[in-house]
Amino acid sequence: MPAEGLLAASWLLIALPLAGAAVLLLGGRRTDRWGHLLGTATVAAAFVLAVACTVQLAGTDGRSVDVELFTFISAGELDVTAGLLYDPLSAVFVLLITGVGSLIHVYSIGYMAHDPARRRFFAYLNLFVAAMLLLVLGNSYVALYVGWEGVGLASYLLIAFWYTRPAAATAAKKAFIMNRVGDVGLAIAVFIMFAQLGTTSYAGVHAGVATLAGGTVTAIGLLLLLGACGKSGQFPLQAWLPDAMEGPTPVSALIHAATMVTAGVYLIARSAPVYDETPTARTVVLAVGAVTLLIGAIAGCAYDDIKKVLAYSTVSQIGYMFLAVGLGPAGYVAGLAHLLAHGFFKAGLFLGAGSVMHAMDDQVDMRRFGALWKKLPVTFVTFGLGYLALIGFPFLSGYFTKDAIIEAALDRGDTWGWVLGGVAVLGAGLTAFYMTRLMLMTFFGEARWTDGVHPHESPSVMTAPMVVLAVGSVFSGALLVSVFPLSGWLEPVFGEPAEAEHVVAPAVIGLVVTVVMALGVLAAWLFVGRREVPVTAPVRVSPVTRAARNALYVDTINESLFMRPGQWLTRALVWFDNRGVDGAVNGLAAGLGGSSSRLGRAQNGFVRTYALGMLGGAVMVAGALLAVTAG
Amino acid sequence: MTISYYLVLAAILFTIGAVGVLVRRNAIVVFMCIELMLNSVNLTLVTFARSTGTIDGQIMAFFVMVVAAAEVVIGLAIIMSIYRTRRSASVDDANLLKY
Repeated sequence: MPAEGLLAASWLLIALPLAGAAVLLLGGRRTDRWGHLLGTATVAAAFVLAVACTVQLAGTDGRSVDVELFTFISAGELDVTAGLLYDPLSAVFVLLITGVGSLIHVYSIGYMAHDPARRRFFAYLNLFVAAMLLLVLGNSYVALYVGWEGVGLASYLLIAFWYTRPAAATAAKKAFIMNRVGDVGLAIAVFIMFAQLGTTSYAGVHAGVATLAGGTVTAIGLLLLLGACGKSGQFPLQAWLPDAMEGPTPVSALIHAATMVTAGVYLIARSAPVYDETPTARTVVLAVGAVTLLIGAIAGCAYDDIKKVLAYSTVSQIGYMFLAVGLGPAGYVAGLAHLLAHGFFKAGLFLGAGSVMHAMDDQVDMRRFGALWKKLPVTFVTFGLGYLALIGFPFLSGYFTKDAIIEAALDRGDTWGWVLGGVAVLGAGLTAFYMTRLMLMTFFGEARWTDGVHPHESPSVMTAPMVVLAVGSVFSGALLVSVFPLSGWLEPVFGEPAEAEHVVAPAVIGLVVTVVMALGVLAAWLFVGRREVPVTAPVRVSPVTRAARNALYVDTINESLFMRPGQWLTRALVWFDNRGVDGAVNGLAAGLGGSSSRLGRAQNGFVRTYALGMLGGAVMVAGALLAVTAG
Repeated sequence: MTISYYLVLAAILFTIGAVGVLVRRNAIVVFMCIELMLNSVNLTLVTFARSTGTIDGQIMAFFVMVVAAAEVVIGLAIIMSIYRTRRSASVDDANLLKY
């Protein structure tokens, strides 16, 4: 139904941060003094507006509101109207983005306080929030695509924020290029929709998708999945996400943990009617999720860089979400609940990691941490709560949301259900292992600090957002699953939640997962906690550890399969261009030049030669005339 | 009275002129040969004018004479100035304008 009241002004949600970004970028140094305050204020205002809009939406019939804005593209048959779709699904994303976004803006005021380019940082963050809101609020795949590219740009700019560091510049390029691979898939999916259905709006595509041939729908589903894999760091395009940790830590928290990387989950959940028509594509989503959750968890066990461990954890947790949305109607709500809870605890964990780095002079090597719990009490408590929530400690948020996914997987009832459930449980054990390892190496044990480091607690402008996120990590799961069920709120989007017949009783699953988690924690204590942690990583390690340290050689595979052949192709093309194309053009020019200089020799300056030429010409003309008249 | 005698005479004069232009080096002689060729053409024009009873050819002959007179003036002036700078009236010595 059309928008009224506040919802009609929901375009302000996007316009506010966008205006903030414009002022900060165009205002230049003049805005240095108050730029960070403006940047935070626009996002906070967007959050207040989002809360008000959501309250109004809750009281609206059907809980779905169309906000028509203007005609975006009108060319022949292609008619794209720029409009917003405010429904329960976009509403939860808007709340997550603006809510967590505001907290991280506040945190950044403290974290970036000593950076001379803080204004630019806030401008890019605002740009990101605007693009991300457009991504989740747009009412067509084209609007989503615009936001999709916008967040990609913001992500690139923010990863390369310290662009004088070669590692950051390389990581940004890697992220951008790997995202491009996925974006091409998304773009082609949109092209197919337009070619086959003549429309790209969600309503039009979802209504018309049932009329399409099976192969076409599968193609759309797989191409959308490729786009989602690129943006969300899923197998086989996951390698950019850990490298993206070169950016400032608040960026890792907001973009590469809580919001942007979950855009793929949003895309698949939003395209539920497409996947309803194509079981093949849905199965591929499941496989991608299951494979990624294991790869991420295994790689997370071996890294010593605190942010990289968290990044692989993000990869793994988004794998859980893909697994959930790949299960179909049974899993959408579970996946989105995990997404929201993950937004809280992973953002909190990253902010905690940032606080630790702040205390340790920007060091990230966990082998150089240890015994920090006394020095950083607030960070320790908030980080610890996020840790417990992530590993699924009973009655914290991860416990509820992860169990819901495992339940949904087992409820399939077939062999695949058992396999997927088993993978998810195994992943939970690995998660417990690597996160406990991180906790032990960072906060407990002996102090292994480098000389001259004097850890100190962060200022309250940084700890306050961490406390809020920690509270969210503790309670969000229980809130979303039992007190204020997400399934009821999302009912207008995904339909009424079916009363599932449980293959295994939820209580049993909860018990099993808790036991596996406890085993993971115990293993971490056995391997890491009770021994001395060497300051440099041991070199003589098992092949498994070596493989995990290299992230299961995914970069190597990518390099040998795609990068090298690409370089060969480029070199061949360069050679062809230099020798072939340039050779032909230069050869033609040289031939003309040579022959004309040779012909020029005929101009020898002797008048009598010219006279002979004239005579010869005249004789030929006369001869021709005679031949014509005689003939 | 057939016109062939006139035409043959004109052809002979033209050939002498053309060969003279091609083989002689002295610029004055070359110049005279050009005049010879022009006048052989005049003879042809007048011959055809008489035989057809029109005056077009005769008018054309007058044009040729006027052009020839002008050409003589310019040509002799050029030959004079070349002679002054190069101390030679040979056409082969004036060969600077080339590739």
